[in-house]
This record gives sequence, C-alpha cells and structure tokens, in this order.
Amino acid sequence: MSDHPLAPLTALARDTPVVEKIGGITITENPDLAIASLAVRHGRELDLQTLLTPVLGEDLPGPGRAAFLEDTAAIWTGIGQWFLMSPVAKHPDYAWDMKYIVKDTASVTEQTDGWVIFDVIGDSLSPLLERICNLNVNAMSDGDATRCLIEHLGCLIICRESGRNISIFGPRSSAASLHHILVTAAKSVA
Amino acid sequence: MSGINRLDGGQIDRNNVLTFSFDGKRYSGFGGDTLVSALLANNVRLMGRSFKYHRPRGVFTAGSEEPNALVELRSGARREPNSRATVAELYEGLTAQSQNRFPSLRFDALAFNDTLASFLSSGFYYKTFMWPVAFWEKVYEPFIRRAAGLGRLSGEEDPDTYDKGFLHCDLLIVGAGPSGLAAALTAGRAGAEVILAEEDFALGGRLLAESGILTDRLASDWIEEVTAELVALPNVRLMTRTTVFGQYDHGIFGAVERVSDHIPEPQPNKPRQILWRIYSKRALLNAGATERPIPFENNDRPGIMLAGAMRAYANRWAVTAARNVVVFTNNDDGHRTARDLSEKGVDVAAVVDCRHNAPTSADFEVIEGAEVIGSRGRLGLKAVKMRFKDGSEREIACGALGVAGGWNPNVHLTCHKRGRPEWNGDISAFIPVKSEDSALRVAGAAAGIFSTHGALQSGAQGAIDALNDLGISARFPALPEAEDAPVNIAPFWYVKGGTGRAWLDLQNDVTIKDINLAHQEGFRSVEHVKRYTTLGMATDQGKTANIGALAVLADIEGKSIPEVGTTIFRPPYTPVSIGTFAGRSRGKEFRPYRLTPSHKWAAEQDAVFVEVGNWLRAQWFPLKGETHWRQSVDREVIAVRKSVGICDVTTLGKIDVQGADAAEFLNHIYCNGFAKLPVGKTRYGLILREDGMAMDDGTAARLAEDHFVITTTTANAVSAFRHMEFCRQCLWPGLDVQLISTTEAWAQFSVAGPNARKLMQKIVDTDHDITNEGFPYMACGEITICGGLRARLFRISFSGELAYEIAVPTRYGDALIRRLIEAGKEFDVVPYGTEALGVLRIEKGHAAGNELNGQSTAAMLGMGRMVSQKKDSIGRVLAGRPYLQRVDDYRLIGLLPVNLDSVILAGAHLMNVGMESCAANDQGWVTSAAYSPHIGSSIALAFLKKGDQRHGDVIRIVNPLSDGDIEAKVTSPHFIDPEGERLRV
Amino acid sequence: MIINHPLLGPRDAQEFVYLGDANLIDRPDPSSSTALDDFHDYLYLRDNPAGSHRELWFHEQGDRSWLVVTRDTTTHEITHVELASEYAKRQGRDR
Repeated sequence: MSDHPLAPLTALARDTPVVEKIGGITITENPDLAIASLAVRHGRELDLQTLLTPVLGEDLPGPGRAAFLEDTAAIWTGIGQWFLMSPVAKHPDYAWDMKYIVKDTASVTEQTDGWVIFDVIGDSLSPLLERICNLNVNAMSDGDATRCLIEHLGCLIICRESGRNISIFGPRSSAASLHHILVTAAKSVA
Repeated sequence: MSGINRLDGGQIDRNNVLTFSFDGKRYSGFGGDTLVSALLANNVRLMGRSFKYHRPRGVFTAGSEEPNALVELRSGARREPNSRATVAELYEGLTAQSQNRFPSLRFDALAFNDTLASFLSSGFYYKTFMWPVAFWEKVYEPFIRRAAGLGRLSGEEDPDTYDKGFLHCDLLIVGAGPSGLAAALTAGRAGAEVILAEEDFALGGRLLAESGILTDRLASDWIEEVTAELVALPNVRLMTRTTVFGQYDHGIFGAVERVSDHIPEPQPNKPRQILWRIYSKRALLNAGATERPIPFENNDRPGIMLAGAMRAYANRWAVTAARNVVVFTNNDDGHRTARDLSEKGVDVAAVVDCRHNAPTSADFEVIEGAEVIGSRGRLGLKAVKMRFKDGSEREIACGALGVAGGWNPNVHLTCHKRGRPEWNGDISAFIPVKSEDSALRVAGAAAGIFSTHGALQSGAQGAIDALNDLGISARFPALPEAEDAPVNIAPFWYVKGGTGRAWLDLQNDVTIKDINLAHQEGFRSVEHVKRYTTLGMATDQGKTANIGALAVLADIEGKSIPEVGTTIFRPPYTPVSIGTFAGRSRGKEFRPYRLTPSHKWAAEQDAVFVEVGNWLRAQWFPLKGETHWRQSVDREVIAVRKSVGICDVTTLGKIDVQGADAAEFLNHIYCNGFAKLPVGKTRYGLILREDGMAMDDGTAARLAEDHFVITTTTANAVSAFRHMEFCRQCLWPGLDVQLISTTEAWAQFSVAGPNARKLMQKIVDTDHDITNEGFPYMACGEITICGGLRARLFRISFSGELAYEIAVPTRYGDALIRRLIEAGKEFDVVPYGTEALGVLRIEKGHAAGNELNGQSTAAMLGMGRMVSQKKDSIGRVLAGRPYLQRVDDYRLIGLLPVNLDSVILAGAHLMNVGMESCAANDQGWVTSAAYSPHIGSSIALAFLKKGDQRHGDVIRIVNPLSDGDIEAKVTSPHFIDPEGERLRV
Repeated sequence: MIINHPLLGPRDAQEFVYLGDANLIDRPDPSSSTALDDFHDYLYLRDNPAGSHRELWFHEQGDRSWLVVTRDTTTHEITHVELASEYAKRQGRDR
C-alpha cells in the first residue's frame, strides 16, 4: 500500500458515495470496486482458464453472463473479454495483480476508474429499468450481465438478484448525467 | 343544471359534477364526459373557426379523428393548442379556449377570408406569393405566418416533464373494443405476455357507443367482467390513455401514454406523458373503423356531424347536439343512429337515405332515394335542404344532422411499413392486406369485419393465430352473443350538382372544387393532388376526408377508387407532442455531458467552460480584473512560453493495445512505422483512411514489447476505436491483438513550459529520473508520484515547449491538479484552457481538427514522407494515386499579416495579389487563426497551392462575407522554435 | 430494427453502428502489381442492391463485435447474422 497524501474523489466528485432513497428504491454510488479487463491472447483460452480457476473457483462466464464469487466477480464483456472485479481496498492496483496471475495468457488493462457504478436495490426494479433501457428486464435472471444503452450512454447492467438488486456501470465522466437519469426515473415511478 | 341536451343513461357519473370553462364562460358536466360531450350537453355547438376561411365549425366526430373541434386546452404555460376536444377528458376546473378567431368565436374578423373564397383556392399561396422576390421576406412571410396555424403556443417553457420507456411482450393488442378485449382474454388466459393498449380512457371501444349490440347481456357488464379478469392476470398489462401511433421494423411499435392529461397538472415528479417503445413478438391491430361523411354544399355547419358520432354521444355520454335531428345515409348504419336517438327521446325529423330500398321505421320518417343538398344556419345548423328522388326540394328544420357514408377500417398502422391496403367492394372500403411476415395481424372492424359478433370472433381467433406462431397454444374463449348484421351499403360518395362549396377536408378547408381545380391544373396523381390542395395533410391526416377525395378524383378520371390509388399513411397515427419525444432530454440534460477529472476544481476557479463533443472543458481561467477573454488567453499563453502551465487533456482518446502482434497491428493502422519503436518511447502517428486522406493523429507509447497506449483526438476517440476494431476483427483477424478504451480510467494533465521539469520534479517520486538524460523527449514510463501513487508519464508536447503529460487513476485527478497548482506557485504556474491550447498549437504549427478535416492528405500536412513504403498500412496504396501526389497540391503554411494590426479569420480564402477575387483564382484557405501574443499579431495556418515553395511570398486573405481583403506573408507553419529545440532541453 | 446477435440474441439496431457493404472485408492484396486499381474498385465500386445485401454492423453499445448482417434493403428483413471475424477467417483473412 502506498501512503501518498492524494485524496480520491468518487465519480460524482464527492468525498463519500452518494446514496439516494426514492420510494422503495435505493441508488448508491459504489466507488469500492477495482476493475481489470482481461482479453485472452490468441489460442490461450485453456491456459487462461487454468490459471484463473484457483482464483475464481469456476469457469469464466459466457456471453451475457456474470459469475459472483466470494470477493471477486467476473463479467463477460465481449468475445474473449471479461471484467474482473474485487474490492479496491484489497487491490489498489488490480490490473497489476491480475497480470501477475494470468501472465501472458491474456492482456490485462486497468479499468477501475473508467466507470461509475450505481448499485440499485429495491423490491421491484422493473418499473424503473423499463424507463431507462431497452433490455427485457423482466426476463433477466440472477447473473445476467450485458452492455446496453441508457440515454445515449453505453452502460453495463449486472443483475445480482432478478428484479431486486442490480448494478449499473456507466462511463465515469458521465456519472452526473447517469445519476440524474436514474434519480429522475426513480422519482417518476416511485 | 348540467345541460339542456342531456339524455338519460350513458356511461357518465352523474354524482360527480365538474365545472369547467370554455372561452371564459363557465359550464358544468359529469365525470366520464369529454370536453365536447359536456359542451354539447350545454347546447354549445359552435366550437371553432376553420383553418383557411375561418368558417364557424362544431364537433364532427366522437374520437381522435376529429378535424374541427380543436381547442387551446389549459392556460398559462400549460396551454396546448390544437387539442382535440373530443378526446379531452373533463376534469374539475378545466379551461379551454376556441382558436383561430379574433376577437371572438361568434364574431371573427378574419372570416372575410370566406368571402374571398374564390381567390383562396388550391395553390393560392404558390401562385400568389411568387413575385416580386424582395417581397417574400418582408411582406409575404410575415403575413402568412400571422394567418397560418390554428392555436397559439404559450411561448413559455413547458412546466411538465415527459418520460420514455421500453416494453416487451409476446402479443401487443392495439385497441380494446370488442375484438381487442376478446383477443386479450384469449391471450391472457394462455399465459402469454400481453400488452393491451387503448387510446381511450375507458375499455370497450364501440361497445360503449352502441346500445343492445350484445344480445345476451349488457355490454357494460361484459366489459367489467373482462377487465376484472385481465387486471388479475400478472401477464397482462392494461394500458388505457395509450395510443399506439406507429409501427416500425421487426415488431417495434411506438406508443404514447397520457399519464396526467386527465388531471389539472401532473403529480409531483410524475410525467405528463410517456413515450413507449414496445418490442412485440406479434401484434394484433383492433383499431376499429372511422365513419366517413357524404359531402354536400355547406356541409360544415356546427351541428352537422357523423351519424355514428351522434349515436356515440347519445349512448355513451347521454347527450345530443340538438333536440331535433336529421340523418343522411347511404347504408343501414345511419338508421341505427336514428333508432337509438329516437329511443332516447330525440325527435328524428327524417332519415334521408339515398338508396331506393331503404329500411322503413315506425318511429321516424324515412325518405328513400333522396339527398341532402344544402344547409342553413351560420353559427349553428337551423335546417337542411333535401332533394327528393323526383327532383323536388324541401327544407327540414333541425339542429343537428348525422351523416352516414359508411365506415373505413383504421388500416393506418398496417401502412407504416409500406403495406398498401386493398379495396373491398362488399363494404366499399379499403381493408388491410395481410402482412407478409404476419407480425401484425388485424381483427374486427379494422379488418373490415363490421358486426360485433365478427369482431369478437376475429379478435379471439387473431390472438390464437398470433400465439400459435410463437408456439403458445391458446383456447377459444366463451364469448357473448352479439348482433351479426350484414353491411348494406350503396356507394354514394358526394352530392353532385350545386354551385357552392362542399367540404372534403374540414381541418385544412379543402373542397370538392379544389380537387377539380388541382386536376384541371395538371395534378393528376393522388400524391400530387394531396400536396397541391393540402388535403389530408392536417394533423388528422384526413381520416374523414381522404376517401371522399379519391372518389372525386375517380369520377374526374373515369376510374374506380382503387385505380386512383391511395396516399400513404405514416406515423404518428394521431399527433404526438414534441416534448414527449424529447422525454427527459431537456435543458442541461438534453444529452449526457462528460466532465473532466479537474472539473470541480476548475469550476471553483470560475473557469469558463466550452462544449467539446459531450465534454465540458475549461476554455480559459479568467482572473480578477480580466474583462475580455483575450486578456485571459494571452496571459495563459505567455505564462506557458515563459514558465509553466497545466491543462487537463483527459479528453484525448486513449486506447490500450496489447498482444503479441500489437506492433504489427499498429504498423497497419498508422501510415508511419511502429514496429521498431523501443519500449519506453512514444511516437507521433498519423492514421489514414483507406482512400489516403488523413483520418486522425495522436501518439503511441510503448510500455512493453506487447503493450502500447495510443491517443486519439478528442473528437475522433469513438470513431478511431471503431475503425481499429474493424481492422482487428475484419481485416487482420489472425493477429494476436486486443483493444480496450481507457480514456476515462486515467486523469491526464499536460505540464508545459520551460519550468515544467522543475515542477514535475517536485511531484515525481525521487527514484524516477526525469532529467533530460534519464527521460528524454518522447520518453514514456510507469512511475509513482507524491509518495507512491502509480502514474504514467509521457514526455510529449503539443505546445512546442518542454512538456510532460502525467496520468493518474481518475479518482486522484482532482487531488493532482490541486497539488500541481500548489507546487507550481513558485514558478507562477497557470492553468490554461482549450483556447490557449489552440493558440499554442497554432504558434507551433501542429495540425488539429481544422486541418484534419477529411480533405487533407499526409502530403498536404507536410508529412508526405512519413507514409512508409516499406510496409502495408491502411491508406498507403490509394495515397499513392497520382492526383494526390501532384506537386501543385495544397500545402500547410503559416500566414503573418503584412500589417500587424490586421485580423485573419479562419475560413477566409487565399488569392494572389492583383488577381480578381473569384473561385477560379482561389489559391487555398485559412484553416486556423489566432492572435499570437508571442508574435504580437494575428497568425494563421492555411492550405495554399504549392505552399511549401512559396514561403516569403505575399498573398491576399479574402473574406467575401465581410469584405475582408488583407495581405499576408507566407511563412513556415512553425511560428516558434522551428527546429524543436525547446522540446528537447 | 432488431438484429439477432449470434451471441447475445435479439438486440435493438439503436445499439449498432452501420458501416456498409461486407465486401469491405475483402481488402485487396496491397503488394499486387494491380494494387492501385484493385483498391480503387474495392473502395469505390460497390453494389447497391434493392434486395438482399450483406453488410457490416458494429455492436458499439454491446460487445464491440462487428457483424455481417444479410438484410433486404427494401423490406429490412434480416435473413442471416454472423460474426464478421468468423466470416473474415472463412475468407482467409487470418492467413
């Protein structure tokens, strides 16, 4: 751990995460996830899987899916490409840590600060989600994860618990816009 | 108290008395009323003035097809013009104003237009306002603008919000009349995901408007029973006040839900309307049918309406437009109106039936083989004139006339994907053709099945067939017994003879004469006639007008109606507010914006921001006392040249390129070579399009043998990434290379100026050598700063000064800019914005977006020799085309005004001294211009023919738009440090 | 429109960016003696059929894959969708 004096800001440019409770829905900014992207090198799929199995405990997820493990999650983001996530406190330089594990079987890229993450929790999220994105959210089951468009923003939606617990990843620079969209829609359906 | 024209019965709540005002006068109605039904109950027949001739008009229909009863609904900022009063639900306190009249509805000054009718025929505007040309802007346009349109916009910002959303279903059922309800019941019970959308606020459609059409029970009971069952089904979504307005490709439909239109104003935070994009696997259209009129002379007086509407008002809303009515019909349906009104106690003076075999009645007089040929009553119908079959004429006193010309299936949605309806002679109407992919089926009256029994049966069967496509089996439900009357109609399209005007299109004031005139003037095609006369081009899209016009055309041409053909219905089915399409995207949220990591800090410094794509970037940082932007920008530029400045350059696109073949891949992408770039070094790269034109430029830093980080311009970040993915996936899929954008992950700052190193040394941890020897020009590396924060350092320069770009994880960007400013105090560090950035790069002669505009080659940019011929890269082959290699092509040069006080403007063109300023003599153009505080004058970059051979020449900079014509010296584009010594110190 | 993505299933065409004729994959051999003419034809001479057309779409707001979509330009009916990388490999572009 480094002990530099620079203080981080969340994507919404605050010292602490913003939490909004609207009706039965809670929208929380989550700055605590380290993210690294993995892109498998040509012909190294099996080698990558072999190196990752001890860390993940299972196979990398397939298209449209995410896998949740103890303190690590893996999301399929494209052909031969995944996001791995873990608490930032544990992995201040997650890409470097992953590179150490996967060696030359995959290209690893720092993505931690590329995204703003909003955890959205409530008893019924469908009315909110159907206002903001074109996915058939009622058909999303636990562990489904996909990129989609939210008001022109390329986002990533992870369904942790169908209809009740999702995470929305959006481009970090547009955190304020994405937050506005979520809060406006939540108020509209509250 | 609520209305002398109120009858017994109806689907209204007489316990819920609502007061409202129309043109300032207060009235009352009941819950369940529309504005029109409540006005009729109060004996108000005059509701508006017509578009062109300002003719007094009353309500014509009982639904969304209404052409006449358009009002300004609500007041203040919420005032909404051209609202169809027929579908405006009454609420307590509703206010409405008639429109297109001055000073009052009963006396309208512009009604003199009506007396000028012979001058205002079709094509009047085209013919009249042609000459003189100078009159157009000053006289004609203002006049037309004043006279045009119906209602007035409020001119204020809409205080309400609008939302949008997305829905998915197995079966979308459009319309909840008898066939829609039968379909929903069938599909709902089968477990399919069903959306039932109904434009009305009540379910039931025509079941609400008729009496006794279910023969084994009351229609209201059946509606209630079905509704209760559908509400209880979790797989059925009932959407009332929802108009499905358009069919798009692959089962996508557009719908607007009027969430709050029936209440005075929306609940807090709730939208007024929601625009829904509905993804359906199958759809069933049960949109019903629209009745059509039979035009005759002066058929537009208040009190003349469609017979089916008259019946709907009596049955559903328990109102009649008058206590004594006449019906004019060519089919049995008109008799149904007479029967229902008569049963409700309205005096039916006569049914005028143009057929010779009309049914008879004991309750009212039926006059066979007769026609209504005229009417009387300027502000409200007083009498109609009829002609017996023997040619004799008679006037019948009445306050309302119901006209029944037959029904047209509402085929509109089936036409949105270019489906052309086909003629059905049995019902004398166009019916939809079966769509090829059967994604949209049609049932009930919309399919030309006009009996209630047929509607119920076809609705259920339509749902079964649609679900069958999806592998869902559904059972035919038990349905009520219903009337199954055949359609008895004798085609009769309009009353012939007479010298006055007979109205076809009531909303756009188009008469039969207008169609004749258009045809006479050579507009033969139905599409041309439509555009020349504007028939069917009003907001009602001619729902009650089009077929009549086709019949007139058919008669002129001696053809049948199907031979004349139809115009094409396009979305939206009924008007949709622009605000609804905008949804949440309004004002600051018009589109998502992007903030740089230093945004919060920059805002604290009162920076002026500029939109760069979606980014908000600091344009300059005014200090106290600076009143003009040039003061701030000049100061920032001078400070960078003299000491050190800091600029947030996070917005540049950053792409991580990794893989065993990363270097070879970049060799394909860039026209210059990258394979031999050593680790720890950065190189400028130019990307060409395959046609040889420059696409984008940037730098590539080699962090490891198999790892590069490249930058793109801010503007091309997205398209350059897309291009690289195309190359990777489609052109060289065999290369081991992986790409991912990291633009947002790193906060990147440029630290530029002679003192840049001294400043950086205060930040960079001491175990990293950033001296000129240890970290020379174009070096790059991964370092730590401020006691351990990981960072990336690049020694690259856009300003021409000694410069570094430092990148840290974005969350630390705010802390880093504060730290840099603090540490730079001893060097009088300044933050600089995009304006100073631009001046610095123009002084240095670096190309940017103005030069890389898609028209420039590497040779034009002075980088012709950079295009490596030793390897294959995108654009290399076609860049070698002789034309692009010609020596007299444009070359990038600098321009310095001969008179240093002259100001050069970008976009100006270059002419030789002594030559006429004309396109033939054009020598090139100014791409970028700025005031250079370093030079002390305006300077510019420009493309000039043979420019590289003309340094030192004097050329004219001509700006014909503002009579600018100044002389300037052609120079090297590098106004400072042409040898690049400052970069390397 | 809806494009049936081979990995992700039906997705709204809003998520995609259109490029054009799938023949853009068939980039000519730059070392050929007729390269200049070949590239000219490759870039500028393309069919514009009223009917079935193989074309490139980029799933920009999805998994960033390029797709070869066979679409009827008169009806928008889509009869086939495949990954462009697979198509390109079949054309021998990975050699």
